[in-house]
Amino acid sequence: MNLSLRTRERLFAILLLAPTMVFVVLFAFYPIASSFYLSLHRIIIGLPGLGSRFVGLDNYRTLIHDQIAQKALINTLLFVFVTTFFEILFGLLIALLINQRFRGRGIIRASILVPWAIPTVVSSQMWRFIFNDKYGLINLILFGSDISRYKAWLAEPGYAFLAIIIADVWKTSSFAALLILAGLQIIPEELYLAAKVDGAGPWKRFTSITLPLVRPALLIALLFRTMDAFRVFDLVFVMTQGGPADSTNVLQFYGYKKIFAEGLMGYGSTISVLVFSLTFVISLLYIRMVGKRLTRGS
Amino acid sequence: MILMKRLQKIVFVSLTAWVVIVSLLPFLWMVMTSLKSEADITAIPPTVLPSLSLHFYSSAIADYNIFHYLKNSLIVASATTFITLMLSVFSGYALSRTRLGHKNIILGSLLLVSMFPQISIAGPVWRILYNAGWLNTYQGLIVPYVTLTLPLGIWIMTSFFRELPEELERAALVDGCSNIQTLFRIMIPLSAPGVFTAAILVFIYAWNEFFFALLIMTQRRFQTLPVGIAMFQGQYTIPWGEISAASVIATVPLVLLVFIFQRRIISGLSAGAIKG
Repeated sequence: MNLSLRTRERLFAILLLAPTMVFVVLFAFYPIASSFYLSLHRIIIGLPGLGSRFVGLDNYRTLIHDQIAQKALINTLLFVFVTTFFEILFGLLIALLINQRFRGRGIIRASILVPWAIPTVVSSQMWRFIFNDKYGLINLILFGSDISRYKAWLAEPGYAFLAIIIADVWKTSSFAALLILAGLQIIPEELYLAAKVDGAGPWKRFTSITLPLVRPALLIALLFRTMDAFRVFDLVFVMTQGGPADSTNVLQFYGYKKIFAEGLMGYGSTISVLVFSLTFVISLLYIRMVGKRLTRGS
Repeated sequence: MILMKRLQKIVFVSLTAWVVIVSLLPFLWMVMTSLKSEADITAIPPTVLPSLSLHFYSSAIADYNIFHYLKNSLIVASATTFITLMLSVFSGYALSRTRLGHKNIILGSLLLVSMFPQISIAGPVWRILYNAGWLNTYQGLIVPYVTLTLPLGIWIMTSFFRELPEELERAALVDGCSNIQTLFRIMIPLSAPGVFTAAILVFIYAWNEFFFALLIMTQRRFQTLPVGIAMFQGQYTIPWGEISAASVIATVPLVLLVFIFQRRIISGLSAGAIKG
């Protein structure tokens, strides 16, 4: 064993990383590749006798003409865009508020974290009940005891979609706020003092100091929120099951239904591949934008 | 000038109050619902104040067996946290304090793993577990959870280890410690605060996860709380009271964690994302 110190250190590092790599390769990288493979086959869970027949790009041809898939794609993109926009907006506002020094700041921060910590299934049931046509809080707030005007929010396409957006923005704005807060905290206090001395008002200080310096943190929050919004599933599963009339159907839910409810492992995998490719391209774009910052100091 | 300051303060306080109310009100409504009686809950328009009945809690426990789901959640979330943290300490150390090449590529690809929608791996993961006979077993759920939480754990541990002073290893080297001894005798004991922060976040993730739990645990015997709560069905109506009671039971541990460890959670989340 006459290895140099450096080689030994490297071998040790690889040894330490090995178990992690086993997990990641077996349960993340391999499944991604395998989804591609499966999407070229016709496989039906529950009919193992059928085997797995190679069908080339047939599943993709079906996908292109699948109107529900198109609707799910549009819904997903719309959901991602709208929720991310509002989450970053509210996140910035909340971050600016809790970055101030005041008494009881700890308690306030903790209460803002509550929506983030609640299991999504729980918050989905909660909002489903809040939007309920008979016993819901929204109807009570809007119409009081005038029960003739009570609405079945989740039974109308536009409102159902809006309800899911509200539930998501409520739950995750605080997470965006935390990421942005971390960016705010590294802005040196002296900059604001100097600007004050130079006679810059609060708005001027915000636009010429806070915004440019918090931009990297905003981008990171944007990346995390965008990627997470693509995963929307629990809300749809619990609140609407994709309805009414597929108005809240999203890719992750549609893929789940195809593979696991209908057993179409092959066709469902095309949706997996579509979702993967979409998010892969978007995340690469983001990472190029923020890459330097993410790997800073290493 | 003083007037201006006052006005600013009023705006600040009312905005903050508004944010807190919006954050807490929906959950408080659920807590109140869980404490209502059967008559309160079916009243139209809804009654606001509960009659502080524990009926729905006893029903959630006795009729819907909520403790059984709680037990499954505890087993899966604790095991996931333990395994993920062990591997994260090893990997975080390797990725921060050793002269290994391509560290950023490894960290970057781990980040990617944690970001893809679950559906892009769901089919094959299900097939692997099916072939292994691991559907409806604890390990069948723990293994994917470990995979999905490893990136978070490793990012937190990596950024934690990076901030420890460099002299530590040099001193250890001078004392004749091997790499393994340095890791186990010096670095791991020092990493306790980082481990604790990461553990809270990983535990919350595993406690809340629904998608894989739904696919993998199809038998009630192994289902975790989120699956149980999503599937709650009465014979004819939706049992809102029991759902609320079960939800409160599932959420209270997390709310406590948040109020006790608020500072750690915030620093952990931002370490994973910002400091890198």
